[in-house]
Amino acid sequence: MPDSVIPSQELQGVALASTPHEVGVAKPDPILEVNHMRRTFGGLIAVDVEHLEIQRGVITGLIGPNGAGKTTFFNLLSGFDKPDTGKTKFNGTPIDGRSPHNLARLGMVRTFQLTKSLTKLSVMENMKLGAKGQGGETFWKALIPPLWKGEERAIEKRALGLLERFKLDHMKDEYAGTLSGGQRKLLEMARALMAEPDIIMLDEPMAGVNPALTQSLLGHVKDLRDQGISIVFVEHDMDVVRDISDWVVVMSEGQIIAEGPHRTITANQKVIDAYLGSHHDAPLSIEEEEKFMAEDEELWDEELEEIADVLHEIDEEKHHRNE
Amino acid sequence: MHLAALDWGFIFEQTFAQAVALNAAVYAIAAIGLNVHFGYAGLLNFGQVGFVAMGAYGMGLTVTYWGQDNVILAVIVGMLFAAAFALILGVPTLRLRADYLAIVTIVAAEIIRLLARSTALRGITRGAEGLNEFVGPFRDLSPFDPSQTYGFGPWQYRGTQFFSILLGWAVVLLCAVLVWRLMNSPWGRVVKAIKEDEDAVSALGKNAYWYKMQALILGGVIGGFAGMVLAIGNATVQPDFFVAPLTFFFWLVLILGGVGKVWSPIVGAVLYWGLITFIRNLGRGLVDEGIIPTSVMDTSQVDQIQFWVVGISLALLMIFRPQGIFGSKEEMALDAR
Repeated sequence: MPDSVIPSQELQGVALASTPHEVGVAKPDPILEVNHMRRTFGGLIAVDVEHLEIQRGVITGLIGPNGAGKTTFFNLLSGFDKPDTGKTKFNGTPIDGRSPHNLARLGMVRTFQLTKSLTKLSVMENMKLGAKGQGGETFWKALIPPLWKGEERAIEKRALGLLERFKLDHMKDEYAGTLSGGQRKLLEMARALMAEPDIIMLDEPMAGVNPALTQSLLGHVKDLRDQGISIVFVEHDMDVVRDISDWVVVMSEGQIIAEGPHRTITANQKVIDAYLGSHHDAPLSIEEEEKFMAEDEELWDEELEEIADVLHEIDEEKHHRNE
Repeated sequence: MHLAALDWGFIFEQTFAQAVALNAAVYAIAAIGLNVHFGYAGLLNFGQVGFVAMGAYGMGLTVTYWGQDNVILAVIVGMLFAAAFALILGVPTLRLRADYLAIVTIVAAEIIRLLARSTALRGITRGAEGLNEFVGPFRDLSPFDPSQTYGFGPWQYRGTQFFSILLGWAVVLLCAVLVWRLMNSPWGRVVKAIKEDEDAVSALGKNAYWYKMQALILGGVIGGFAGMVLAIGNATVQPDFFVAPLTFFFWLVLILGGVGKVWSPIVGAVLYWGLITFIRNLGRGLVDEGIIPTSVMDTSQVDQIQFWVVGISLALLMIFRPQGIFGSKEEMALDAR
């Protein structure tokens, strides 16, 4: 990327423009602050984060090689796992030991690596479930529909608006289980938005999504930021990370090894070593090069086959429905 | 030696009569409770008979020792007994994986029965003889003359019997409407979502544990109603009625109708009792007429055969219509994805 072109996200990340690119650096307006967080599984130190601040209103990408502890870190932040030690502040309030539903109510909503669409609920019901503070979700009030019908209508309207934005409105009465993998990702994100979060944490939002849909998903994520929602996401696809993150945090072996805008990260020797091993820049022999190319081709073939499978499945489904 | 010799009139009369008799109503109520647990909230309860026993004992003990004429109080205590049982089971297990509740319930139900018949509690529960002097105030509510026969067609009952059957089906209807109302509300949406994926629900700010507890209590209290209806109908509460296999008959009724549908436990219960009675009477008829020679089977063995047939029918149902009678095939298919 030539330096003369200022990518759009750098404009958004202007709040972080004067922030030094170093691990554990203080941000101007942190929404989330982690101190001394440590989680071990037996002898394995899965997460060991000394200090991390997440800036409000920007997109923070959390990357790292497999097994770096990204998802564990996510689970710790969102209350699905408890750290051995650590102090976390969300919007300035300590949130240590809070349960996941409690954190969600505070405004910290997450999605999952493996989508958790509630397959036997309709798309609309999935959405309505996301809304917070529903009177009709109380046992006694549920018995008396007039107490919650009005609220339900308002929620439905909001849900419909979101579904339209995510281009799922034509599927609203279908079982969520009939959606494709990419549509489920969209649904999960839309459902999380129903909870009106301050911060949304996306665990591999693009995994398993076809390239055409990836673009629209990325667009949605940027839209969220423009609405003032803070976003943290875990991702493997570096193109995605480059495209949308204002700030990138790199984890390796449970620790944070680098922080900064994307372009400084890719030049960081520690990061390159973590991803490729420290001997990666030794020259390749011709045989090795051929091997890599053959592997690439194989990957391509696999992907094509997958696409064919998906198309076939869709066909079959249509056929099935016509019956 | 042909089938026309059988007393078909009697066989069908019995079948129809049993299909709507007190037992069918009791099974339907218990299965409605089980449906709340398993069909909607995904809780594996293998001790529904424990809740039935709690309801029956709660009501029976109250009338026996406390308020001879306070029927409403007795029913409330019965409900509280069942709710307390749900709390005891739920508090330690509902935070854990689903199978823990299953293990605890199956044992807890048996503990209830053994406690009720134990010599230590003999002074209160009257041991194996059970409670037999509580039904008076309930029978007093009956508008029917005990010496008269009521009903029509194959359904003819004495006054008290007619009263308890009507009461039973009224409770069935009440419970079904209650469950229908709840499951079509935002509350029901959360409960159904928990069955699908608890973490997803927690991540959206709902306290999954508390909802599971509410569902366990609701289904348990409905199970308690089954016990109360049974106690009033039989005019007795005896511990050895509440044996573990009963829970599995409730399950059978639920699966027969189709899990997770409001009306399915009712249809399941009617079908179950109809089927059982039909097989028993047909079998007896066949043996009596000599169509089945006594060298193969005698009348007393027919009662065992009926459960074989029920078991085989259930196996066939699972193979050819795994969603039950009312379940939806599309919904089942979603699991395979």
